[in-house]
Amino acid sequence: MNRFLQVAWLVVWKDLRVEARSKEMLFTTLFFAISIVLVFSFGFVRAGQAVEGAAAGILWIAMAFSGTLALGRAFERERYHDALRGLLLAPVDRPAIYLGKLVGLLLLLSLVETVVAVLVAFLFGVPFFRHGWWLFLMLSLGTVGFASVGTLFSAMLVRTRSRTVLLPVLLYPVTIPVLIMGVSGTTALVQAEPDLAMARLWISLLFFFDTVFLTLALWTFEPVMTE
Amino acid sequence: MVSLGDVDFERVTVSDVSRFYGRRRALSRVNFECASGEIVGLLGPNGAGKSTLLSVLATLAEPSTGRVRYGAWSARAGGAKLRAKIGFLAHDLQLYPELSARENLEFFAGLYGLDRCEARADAALASAGLEFRADEVVEGFSRGMRQRLALERAMIHAPRLMLFDEPFTGLDEASCTALVDRLRHLRGDGRIVIVATHDLDVVDGVLDREILLTGGKLQVLRQSGTLRERYRAAVAKRRGNEQRVKPLQRNAQDQDSEDENGASR
Repeated sequence: MNRFLQVAWLVVWKDLRVEARSKEMLFTTLFFAISIVLVFSFGFVRAGQAVEGAAAGILWIAMAFSGTLALGRAFERERYHDALRGLLLAPVDRPAIYLGKLVGLLLLLSLVETVVAVLVAFLFGVPFFRHGWWLFLMLSLGTVGFASVGTLFSAMLVRTRSRTVLLPVLLYPVTIPVLIMGVSGTTALVQAEPDLAMARLWISLLFFFDTVFLTLALWTFEPVMTE
Repeated sequence: MVSLGDVDFERVTVSDVSRFYGRRRALSRVNFECASGEIVGLLGPNGAGKSTLLSVLATLAEPSTGRVRYGAWSARAGGAKLRAKIGFLAHDLQLYPELSARENLEFFAGLYGLDRCEARADAALASAGLEFRADEVVEGFSRGMRQRLALERAMIHAPRLMLFDEPFTGLDEASCTALVDRLRHLRGDGRIVIVATHDLDVVDGVLDREILLTGGKLQVLRQSGTLRERYRAAVAKRRGNEQRVKPLQRNAQDQDSEDENGASR
């Protein structure tokens, strides 16, 4: 296997194993996402009928807020016992560490999003799975965009004292386009007359955003992590 | 596997290295050299700049001015292949508490691109005396056990330059003796060993040379007496110099302010 991918896989393996033992991020992220959906369902569903367009917004808000929680914890494990320096001292391409952290987060978030999507579909009575593959693609691309920026910012802030406050302050202005594209694309899919052409356009834009920010993050990770 | 054939070195040269954190100067024009088969002690009070110097030597921090050469290589030119020749046991142990001892070792062996990770992990566990707790998570280990495991983790790739930051913390007497033997073995093996420590009695007689850092500056230790005596004398001398300098500075400031007041009148 290519050494770059091998290192990324090692980091993913390590993160998954740590998460399987602690279940810390999974439970907190899932609990938070479910809470958001439940609270909004009381506000936006009247007599079994949801406000039009609310479901898509709530799905993406739950993804963004719970994702921020997970991103905030992403490099905490590396910070404890200074394991981050152990990683940085290893003779590896440092962007491979970034990729490993990102993939680990994506796996966690995809699990949370699956539960959230089912819950939103159930509580808001929206046909999310009428075009299931489209929704899957939309959520996947949106999550990659959100997490690729978030993982980089999380790494940047790992040595700062006020990282928990700074992360959302930095993250949301940059990722607002992802959320808007995600909400608009999802709305196009779940409305009474699905607009697949519009959904395709948003998916293309999400793909473009992902390509740009993933490239930038891989490019800047090494200098960002050098003291 | 990582190809490590290209980068190797017999000597580390630190030339005029300073390191600033904002306006605070952690290291001030530090110069020294160490060669393979040598154990160099890095001594100094808390906040003297020892850990900063070790971070610079480990290529984890860049000097603000000056340079460090690893044989013919700089940290930037050597890159990942140079890092493969450096081992660093930091004060924080750089272990994952949720992973078992074996998993920690195998993970880092994998990162270093080593072959036979399992066999190497077994050998390292035996060396740390942890073979019977190999599959337990590190969270439940005592500080001494973690320290022994971290030591094996730092040396799993047989580095040329081995940096230790307070390696005796939490170790019992037997483990200290084992570590001292290990240091001697590394010296015999032609490694360059730099040890930052406050355990002067433990390393007395082990070090080939001592470097004293106070306030980010290098200072020379006198030759006679035990290591502790020499260290105390050097630190006292430094403090004495500071005490002498401070009143002079204060007098100069007072004089300046009087001049200014006089001028304004």
